[in-house]
Amino acid sequence: MVQDAQAILKLYRDMLIIRRAEERILEELMQGKLASTMCHVSIGQEAVAVGVCSVMAEQDYLTSTHRGHGHFLARGGDVKRMMAELFGKETGYCRGRGGSMHITDAKIGHLGANGIVGGHIGIAVGAALWSKMSRRPAVTVCFFGDGGLTQGIFHEAANMASVWKLPVVFVCENNQYAMSLPWNKAAGQTSIQAYASSYAMPGLDVDGQDVLAVQQAAYEAIERARGGGGPSLIGAYTYRFLGHSRGDPSKYRDPEEEKRERARDPLLILRSKYPDVLDDRTTAQAETEVKAMMDDAVAFAEASPIAGASAVFSEIYA
Amino acid sequence: MAEYRYRDALRRALYEEMKADERVFIMGEDVGAYGGAYQVTVGLLAEFGEERVRDTPLSEAIIVGAALGAAMVGGRPVAEIMYVDFAALAMDQIVNQAAKIHYMFGGQFRVPMVLRTQQGTGRGAGAQHSQSLESWFVHVPGLKVIAPATPRDAYGLLRAAIHDDNPVIFLEHKGLYAVKGEVEDEPFVLPIGQAEVKRQGQDVTIITYSRMLGLALEVAEQLTSQGVSAEVVDLRTLKPLDYATLEESARKTRRVVVLHEAVKIGGLGAEISAELSQRLFGVLAAPIVRIGAEDVPLPANLELEKLVIPDAQRLTAAVEAVMRYQPMPTNGA
Ligand SMILES: Cc1ncc(C[n+]2csc(CCOP(=O)(O)OP(=O)(O)O)c2C)c(N)n1
Repeated sequence: MVQDAQAILKLYRDMLIIRRAEERILEELMQGKLASTMCHVSIGQEAVAVGVCSVMAEQDYLTSTHRGHGHFLARGGDVKRMMAELFGKETGYCRGRGGSMHITDAKIGHLGANGIVGGHIGIAVGAALWSKMSRRPAVTVCFFGDGGLTQGIFHEAANMASVWKLPVVFVCENNQYAMSLPWNKAAGQTSIQAYASSYAMPGLDVDGQDVLAVQQAAYEAIERARGGGGPSLIGAYTYRFLGHSRGDPSKYRDPEEEKRERARDPLLILRSKYPDVLDDRTTAQAETEVKAMMDDAVAFAEASPIAGASAVFSEIYA
Repeated sequence: MAEYRYRDALRRALYEEMKADERVFIMGEDVGAYGGAYQVTVGLLAEFGEERVRDTPLSEAIIVGAALGAAMVGGRPVAEIMYVDFAALAMDQIVNQAAKIHYMFGGQFRVPMVLRTQQGTGRGAGAQHSQSLESWFVHVPGLKVIAPATPRDAYGLLRAAIHDDNPVIFLEHKGLYAVKGEVEDEPFVLPIGQAEVKRQGQDVTIITYSRMLGLALEVAEQLTSQGVSAEVVDLRTLKPLDYATLEESARKTRRVVVLHEAVKIGGLGAEISAELSQRLFGVLAAPIVRIGAEDVPLPANLELEKLVIPDAQRLTAAVEAVMRYQPMPTNGA
């Protein structure tokens, strides 16, 4: 893909927004400001979300996971209303009923972050099915982790998408661990590409820390799906820099491994590829802007009214 | 007016809805060329084609999941799970996903999907093909649950379910498909959430639904010879429950028996009995009696199966018991 300076800066900035948003979320969580205790951050994995979302079209859909802030922000979700949701406020995307694990905005084709590992994969296939049936050129991107891949529904979904040639792109964000379980103890077959070939779809294994590599793979898969070529499976190898959730010191990981993997920071990798575009001045300016965004988001969330009883007892049924 | 079998009434509803609305489509195992395991969808493939009458792989979770996803973005799927027992393979999609989407995401999505399935005994289908699992679904906020007993209700309520913007679990009964009944020629829709008094009576109310309606009506008829006038109320919709109709009938007769084919323990009868007892404490002339299946898996042998589920004898005995109930004399009386 052709990359001009502006496009590179946007990729960098989008990753930075996720990074700083999640750092801020953790800070607010520590201070007891969040309305719920459940929160999983994707620090270290930003290139997957940003690389994929950078090549999605406006009409496309995505489904996301319990570790979904990144997918949401990369798709263009508003950090203010996301923060308000985490603070349990009426102005949040789900009126405070969803929280971190269910952050969602229908208006940007985001069909929901999901608290059941693998539970949303069916929704993605269904959205792709209806897009195809209603002749809309929309592609659905389905993010899930390595844990999601070992769920039964992934295999049912991959098979259905394959046999019906549905416009869906499965993105397995393989951060090497499902909570404490390492990938090589979770899967008999550790090549994600191999899963794709057993469902007769293209499989693309990429370095998930390289936003440009992710972008390229996603572009191919999305355009193939849009052109009627059916589903693909992308295996993006990445690493969760922090624990599974707050309070997980990751004792099950080798500190050497953590050190090595954290050095492969997607922000630094992109900077090292484009030192001229992402020079000190530009990145410092991005930092300042993003910091202001986060301050605004927290201020908005704090000033918003709390979701009250009316939010609890409404919209149980449409 | 014409006579319809239950399965034909269901098919008429599907046909009319698919004719009227392009967004309505069917998906499930063997719903196409085979016509559905119980022949409900026979002929629809020829009429509407493979795209709208979709044979799926044997994958219950994705059948429900894909229907859900399609519903969230504009489709109006009617998915079929061949036997309710197999819904166990799709419970995450039904309970954690379909039921939660509208609420959990702050009302951003609607989920206009119907999950048709069938349940119950009567065919010697054994422990994994004969259960009545309505309580599982009734227990979940966000779902609606319908269980029609007659061809007319099956037709009118299936149309209503397809019009509804929420996930509706539509429970047919395998023992009813060949049952005949009158259905008006003019198309109509019945409201979800309304019970119907299927037989008027003065002395006792039998509350029931699905195939047990037949048993209730039969026993009610026999009871006239003993001078007992039984009212029979058919719930039709199990969630939301029409307590107004139940309360009205129970207030009149002051005696209630709740009858269902599902296992008695933890069944809908317990819910209805508790709620009516609370509402009508002091009005009722006898404690409410529940009749349901024994707490055992269903045997395949039809003779043995009969020992597990309610029959005329047990229902009659229950009605007689509430009729002759004498309150204990209170202290000082
Ligand atoms: C069905 C289900 N099982 C277990 C859990 C508990 N749980 C939440 S996240 C998680 C690990 C998921 O691993 P993976 O899919 O690789 O995603 P990651 O957390 O690494 O992003 C587990 C076990 C759950 N939420 N849902």
